[in-house]
Amino acid sequence: MTNIKKRLLKEKIAKTAMQLSGITITGSLFFIVGTILYKGLPYLSWEMISQAPKGGFYIGKEGGILNAILGSLYLATFSTALATMIGIPISIFLNVYVKSGSFLERSCKLLFDVLFGIPSIVYGAIAFSIMVWMGIRASLLGGIITITLLTIPIVVRTIDELLKTIPVDLKHVTFSLGSTRWELAKVLLKYIKPGIFTAILLAFGRAIGDVAGVLLTTGFSDNLPKYIDEPAATLPLAIFFQLSSPIPEVQGRAYASALVLTFIILIIVICTHLLASRQQKHKI
Amino acid sequence: MNWRLIKDKLIQRSFGVLLAISLIVIVVILVGLGFKSLPLLRAESLGTILTESVWSPLNGSFGFLPFIMGTIWVTFISLIIAAPLCILASVYLVEYASEALRRMVLPLVNMLAAIPPVLYGVWGVLFVVPFLSDYIAPIVGAQTTGYTVFAGGIVLAVMIFPIMVSIMVEVLQTIPYELKAASLSLGATKWETIVKVILVKAKPGLIAAVVLGISRAFGETIAVLMVCGNIPQIPKSFFDAGYPLPALIANNFGEMMSIPLYDSALMFAALLLFVLIFGFNLISRLILNRLEGKS
Repeated sequence: MTNIKKRLLKEKIAKTAMQLSGITITGSLFFIVGTILYKGLPYLSWEMISQAPKGGFYIGKEGGILNAILGSLYLATFSTALATMIGIPISIFLNVYVKSGSFLERSCKLLFDVLFGIPSIVYGAIAFSIMVWMGIRASLLGGIITITLLTIPIVVRTIDELLKTIPVDLKHVTFSLGSTRWELAKVLLKYIKPGIFTAILLAFGRAIGDVAGVLLTTGFSDNLPKYIDEPAATLPLAIFFQLSSPIPEVQGRAYASALVLTFIILIIVICTHLLASRQQKHKI
Repeated sequence: MNWRLIKDKLIQRSFGVLLAISLIVIVVILVGLGFKSLPLLRAESLGTILTESVWSPLNGSFGFLPFIMGTIWVTFISLIIAAPLCILASVYLVEYASEALRRMVLPLVNMLAAIPPVLYGVWGVLFVVPFLSDYIAPIVGAQTTGYTVFAGGIVLAVMIFPIMVSIMVEVLQTIPYELKAASLSLGATKWETIVKVILVKAKPGLIAAVVLGISRAFGETIAVLMVCGNIPQIPKSFFDAGYPLPALIANNFGEMMSIPLYDSALMFAALLLFVLIFGFNLISRLILNRLEGKS
């Protein structure tokens, strides 16, 4: 045991290294948000968030980013609603109607897990080709469909995780009272209600932040979005396009867009967190 | 049959149809990508496309090597930054940290996961790129604008922190207490227990987490595109600009469709991404599912 001092020293060094890496990882969050706050706050004003850009989004110095805010909200709201309406039934089908542990159940769940990781640029590319083939131009509708496809796996996966936490006894009790499978599904949905909102928020967060999917399918526009078959601006694209502009005012719009997007994401994260703690209390 | 049973059956059918539709969409994506990349594959063999290093669509040469190497460079750099940091941090969170600290840090990590890629890109442009060109490059004596594969790697590393940490923490939590107790009671220090017992036992799960991180890094488009420089060349050092595959698709799609085979080449890039990432994800999910089944 002569080298016990050396071993303990090693322990100390390792522990410090671990603490430092923990600090680096958590610190990077504050660093990113801090950078965006620092750059964006000076540009944030009522004019910025209440007007559409004037004189072209890339060169015009006047105006704000209302077109992008509205476009993003429409896009994320509609596609999240669609993805929820498709995703929850799929989850229920896989957990209630399909025999538990069957090949169909396992392979479908695995497939959705894998789909979750497919990058949005792939969805965007294929959606764009289909739109070209069908003769549809870039529009809000194209973006909504692409983003819906992107968010369905998120909804299915999250709901599936929630359904897994429900005790099997509840299932047995419901069946023993003579309920049909659909009636069981209603009981289960009630049980995971706060969790469903979490799933919706997660999907909304992904939908509003995605660039690669909307880049090819939604296009960009200086006008406020009015029709579903016209191109619409979105916040991530407003950031992406305007950041590279040589004109400081236009760059400012990019920073302000980044700030607004950060706020939206922070609100979503905080709501998810509150809901998650409610789901904990909700348990029997 | 009574009305309740009919309703049950109707709902079963319609939900089943929804599932079938979403599965068909996947097939459509795969077939569509394959179909669209056929013209390119007919014109040149798969081997030439993947190993040819000249990208000049106007002259009809579509060499994917620069883009593949660009993707490999940024992914590799992000991994050597992120993997050790994430392993150390997750071990600390599981083995050393108090419950209160863990409850504070994990939501922050999740928040990092919620930040959209484009904001990472903004951070990269505003901070990482100037930092590299003004401070790091002069130290090693390199001349660069900062728009390099190194910048892409750093931004990607931060982006894959959350997925790696959350999975690694889950994996490490499944290690049975008895194993650690046995090692500690034999007089090993905590660090020795970690290196020789916990990490060994957790290896498959950790590898799965890293593979998931790789596939995330592979497909990331915008954040990398914003900081990587986008020059179709094979990067030779950390301070060379690169041009990853997803950036190629995002930058060129919809333009210059009149050049023969160009859109076919871009679809081939998308197909390549889809297949690679699908494979990576499948492998790591299978490992993780097996681990979950065991515990």
